[in-house]
Amino acid sequence: MSTKVKDTILSLLVYLSSFLTICSLVAILGYILWNGLGALNFNFFMELAPSIITTLLVIFVSILISVPIGICAAIYLHEYAKNKRVVELINFAIDSLAGIPSILYGLFGLVFFVITMKLNWSILAGSLTLGIMILPTIIRVTQESLKMVPDSFREGSFALGASKVTTLLKIIIPAAIRGIITAVILSIGRIVGETAAVFLTVGTVDKVPDGVMSSGRTLSVHFYLLVKEAIGPDAFNQAFGTATLLIIIVLMIVLFTQFLFRGRND
Amino acid sequence: MDSITKIKTENLELFYGEVQALKNINLDIKEKEVTALIGPSGCGKSTFLKTINRMNDLIVGCKINGKVIFDDIDIYGQDIDIITLRKKIGMVFQKPNPFKMSIYDNIAYGPRIHGVKKKSSLDEIVEKSLRKAFIWDEVKDRLKTNALSLSGGQQQRLCIARALAVDPEVVLMDEPTSALDPISTLKIEDLISELKKNYTIIIVTHNMQQGARISDRTAFFLSGEVIEYDLTDTIFTNPKNPKTEEYITGRFG
Repeated sequence: MSTKVKDTILSLLVYLSSFLTICSLVAILGYILWNGLGALNFNFFMELAPSIITTLLVIFVSILISVPIGICAAIYLHEYAKNKRVVELINFAIDSLAGIPSILYGLFGLVFFVITMKLNWSILAGSLTLGIMILPTIIRVTQESLKMVPDSFREGSFALGASKVTTLLKIIIPAAIRGIITAVILSIGRIVGETAAVFLTVGTVDKVPDGVMSSGRTLSVHFYLLVKEAIGPDAFNQAFGTATLLIIIVLMIVLFTQFLFRGRND
Repeated sequence: MDSITKIKTENLELFYGEVQALKNINLDIKEKEVTALIGPSGCGKSTFLKTINRMNDLIVGCKINGKVIFDDIDIYGQDIDIITLRKKIGMVFQKPNPFKMSIYDNIAYGPRIHGVKKKSSLDEIVEKSLRKAFIWDEVKDRLKTNALSLSGGQQQRLCIARALAVDPEVVLMDEPTSALDPISTLKIEDLISELKKNYTIIIVTHNMQQGARISDRTAFFLSGEVIEYDLTDTIFTNPKNPKTEEYITGRFG
């Protein structure tokens, strides 16, 4: 086969793959929005208010718990740890954690946080569980973005007499902030979409939570219950409405996060 | 010539793990002169340069014996504050490495970490440093733009300005023009000749003509040893060691 033919085939394959990827995204989003946008109105929104609040609270508390720990762990592993063997071992453990099915995290959260720690079904118990679940994503993505910071930045800073902490805060983290934000956004996506682990730790109570110690029902869990267990002619429409709302919330969070850090390292 | 010795090494040895990268280095670096370090790749000249501001501390498994005496103090002795040391001994790297921030903030970074907070003082330092590095006229109207938007040659002069901003006594330069075009190289060479009025400069260079043009003294490194160290004129016109002559005349390296 001539090089030219191979070239053409390869570029066709590449185009086809990207086309299929975009198609599936558009098809799923389109299908949900087509069926869901009609269900959205003020009453529907008020009905779902408890779930919206619960979802936002779960996201907020999980991120609050997990992001600082994850970023610090990544900084330790990439910037401080000297023993390469130990780092590799820890990274292997982190990757293994990332591969565990979420329902097992849910089971752990149920046994440990809900029962043993006596947190009951609560937003806190769920957020702690989800916090552990998203930790691998945050650590690994942050590590990767720290790797992208050229060593010449570190050298330049040290050569001016900067300490390690100053170099971290003023040079390395600002240069890696894009990647760190990506880590947070990916985590939010996982939290919003998570059902099994949340079902087992936050519970299914459909009311406005009055704090992190109360139980609640996130949008994903609500969606699951609508599709799986609700009876009535309208259940499916409501499920699509809920899904649409989920997509809108995620989109808003992503845009808001990017707005917060706009103009950084371009 | 009775110049003052600024830096003196005594039986300096450096190991990377088991590998010995520097062997028994004894050099007297004179104040307010340009000292060039020449030699083939891997001869230890950059390694030597980095022992002077202790940048080798960052490398795991790096061990140093002997002394580096800077203004009568052994910088590998006890109670040495590396932050102060690096403030006094600045460094410019092979590849320009401005930080991902504005031109102004790049220059102000050093003074800020050393405690200068007043806006007017910072403004003054930034202008003075950029002027010293012959780049003020090119950037004075766009101090707030990102330093990475500058050309390679401008970036390197910015890095020199950044090093000067913390008011060092010595400036180490590790092949500062190897990544630059001939015109930028010439500008940096002019700059170096100007800077030696106030600073002691040690420069590693791969370019022998450059060494001959700008330096007062030259040390020839080979396999981790200093083969010959003398006035640049002597090294280039009348070397004592046959190996130096072979290298200078381009027979190897």
